[in-house]
Amino acid sequence: MTCQARRATPHRAVTPERRETPMTFDRRTLRRAGDDRVGAKPQRRLGSFAPWPLERSDPARRLATILVLLLIAIALAGWSPGPLAEDVAPRPVTIGSKKFTESVILGETLRLLALDAGQPARHRAELGGTRILWGALLSGEIDIYPEYSGTLTREILAGEDVGSPESLAAALATRGIRVSASLGFQNTYAVAVPAALAERLELRQISDLQAHPDLMLGFSSEFLDRADGWPGLRQRYRLPQTRVKGLDHDLVYRGIAAGHIDVTVVYTTDAEIARYGLRMLEDDLGYFADYEAILLYRAELAAEAPAALAAFHRLEGKVDEATMARMNAKVKLGGASEQAAAVDLLSETLGLSVSVSAQGFWGQMARRTLEHLGLVAASLTAAILLAVPLGVLAAQHPRLGQLLLAITGMIQTIPSLALFVFLIPWLGIGWLPTVVALFLYSLLPIIRNTHAGLTDIPVPIRESADVIGLTRGARLRLVELPLAANTILAGIKTSAVLNVGTATVAALIGAGGYGQPILTGIRLDDTALIMQGAVPAALLALALQGVFELAEHWVVPRGLRPRKTRGASVEKAI
Amino acid sequence: MLRFEGVWKGYGGAPALAGVDLEVPEARTTVLIGPSGCGKSTLLRLAAGLIRPDRGRIWFEGEPLRPDRLRPARLRMGYMIQDGGLFPHLTVRDNVTLMARELGWPRDRREPRLAELAEMVQLPADLLARYPIELSGGQRQRVALMRALMLDPDLLLLDEPLGALDPMIRFELQRELKAIFARLGKTVLLVTHDLAEAVFFGHRLVLLRAGQVVQQAAPSVLLARPTEPFVARFVEAQREPQRVLLGAVG
Repeated sequence: MTCQARRATPHRAVTPERRETPMTFDRRTLRRAGDDRVGAKPQRRLGSFAPWPLERSDPARRLATILVLLLIAIALAGWSPGPLAEDVAPRPVTIGSKKFTESVILGETLRLLALDAGQPARHRAELGGTRILWGALLSGEIDIYPEYSGTLTREILAGEDVGSPESLAAALATRGIRVSASLGFQNTYAVAVPAALAERLELRQISDLQAHPDLMLGFSSEFLDRADGWPGLRQRYRLPQTRVKGLDHDLVYRGIAAGHIDVTVVYTTDAEIARYGLRMLEDDLGYFADYEAILLYRAELAAEAPAALAAFHRLEGKVDEATMARMNAKVKLGGASEQAAAVDLLSETLGLSVSVSAQGFWGQMARRTLEHLGLVAASLTAAILLAVPLGVLAAQHPRLGQLLLAITGMIQTIPSLALFVFLIPWLGIGWLPTVVALFLYSLLPIIRNTHAGLTDIPVPIRESADVIGLTRGARLRLVELPLAANTILAGIKTSAVLNVGTATVAALIGAGGYGQPILTGIRLDDTALIMQGAVPAALLALALQGVFELAEHWVVPRGLRPRKTRGASVEKAI
Repeated sequence: MLRFEGVWKGYGGAPALAGVDLEVPEARTTVLIGPSGCGKSTLLRLAAGLIRPDRGRIWFEGEPLRPDRLRPARLRMGYMIQDGGLFPHLTVRDNVTLMARELGWPRDRREPRLAELAEMVQLPADLLARYPIELSGGQRQRVALMRALMLDPDLLLLDEPLGALDPMIRFELQRELKAIFARLGKTVLLVTHDLAEAVFFGHRLVLLRAGQVVQQAAPSVLLARPTEPFVARFVEAQREPQRVLLGAVG
């Protein structure tokens, strides 16, 4: 397919984005973009509880001060670099990839091609599955991503008439999308079983499975659900098996190795097929369609980044199956980076030699830490600003309180991945939906603790505050909030720790952080890499907890602590 | 000064107060006394505006006590309860001066007043920086009294102020409290269940039973000429321990 120049649509807003693949060319722009954002305020609201008449022992103000300083500090440290400055021309091309190795290698290859063509480019790697990538392409959050023809016709455009190349192009054109020619290889699905088992049961074709209803089947969750996946396969071959599991594609191989799964579906270019000694069964009824590797991209690339697009098209027909499988093996079995594989791919197929600068282990760690802290700080700050007042409201109006707690409790039960997917249509991918999701999850512990802290204040104390003449607001500010400070802080602490954990899931939608190595580690079956994300995440949670405990000690006045802390002797005399 | 006019108040079942008319005279100490559940604390809480009467009216300094005009009235009342009701997160100094600060009193007005009160209730100055939890029960009640007196109120409302103290401290504080009332000439409305304490403090005793005033009179009159058998029984019941005590001595 060629790319005719069409009138470019106006520039769309690019959401704040800072995820770079581990190595980067354009440090200059990255740093500058970071500086732009540093000036952007987090918040200063808590301090406005003032004017504060108490001169000493002023716990609520201390609490506010601590929180403001803490949050400003981590927000400044972790605030994501904003959109690239406008003087960077031409505009950067954003490349997406799915969360499996081949897609990431291809995405990385595209990025190198664009950079080689003088076009700034970003690669948002491992964004998730088809739905997320296609959605991001339609909304303009990414400009291009590698896809497979079968997925396009049978999953994305399922139910539409896309039988001929012309009708396919037309269906895509109405959405402002175009498709490249095949890159030269197929990565279709194949049913695979361990060779030993195949030998024993004499399995050669998929039809042979009909005679063995007891076999345990395990597929990637995506294959299990999609129209061109398991439902269709079962129907075509009348497969009788009922023990079917859905799990992450990267875990399928481990399941097979451990004997939990007998039959699975693999991609024909998967490096693990050889490694785990699997036999692919012949698709004797011709169920699996062509899954030619293709590129899907936004039509306006032709006008806005012609050089990069031309470079992308150079890949068409150049990558054969063997080459791709070798590149996959390099990463999955050889432990090379996707970028290194992409460099090799370019030199083997196009004779292009590109050099890249690597970011060291500590550099990566620092970047992920900042990303992670940024997510936690922004969401937690927003949650505190809303949840504390809501908790106060809930304590003052019992019925409204019930409703608030019920709603926030309900939000808490939504699985994080579901919430992300739910938010994507409105907020896109990356930083913003992640922060919004974390924010929503943070509400309940803070609201609940604020509510509990306030309602637990003994009646005589509250009445004393009334009778000495304090107004309702002054009572809240001078008596109730300080007395509840400890409980409120505990709620915030809970939220912070939960947030650190939940934020690791955010890597799935391109928000980076410690989840990135975890995700990649699962994909590459690399425990050390998983640890690079899991260990710092745990340490961060512990560190935050420690910080809050210190804050607690400072915030909670002596009068509310057990006597021994200050050793003040209590005379028994009057 | 303070007047209850046909006041009814119920909490669900039987009324806690059933038509109380009562005048609290100025610069005198009036003591509400009676068995548990007779409504004496309810009367005090009504005067403080913590609850509202179902029926009837409460007058304070010539004006009816209305929910929307509660604050100015409260600034002219001092209030003290059994366990002090001190704010645990504030030091003695902050507890006592909290409202004065809210009202914008400058430091050179607050500090002398604080010192004056500390001296009056005989609280050592070094305790001002302590928190309530670091004080003894008697010290706490002294601080509670200081807080009640800080704004120099016209009316003092005291709900079993010495009820939680052990007898020795209670005895000592009773005498000090009485001297302070006499010196300040405040209007005092005090609730107690102890007849001896009531007689010790009161210019006037008001005996309540089941939400109604049974007899109100000077202590000597109440003791000598009970108007109802209930009054006589109440007095007799409270005298009994003393008789036992005297018998043991003799």
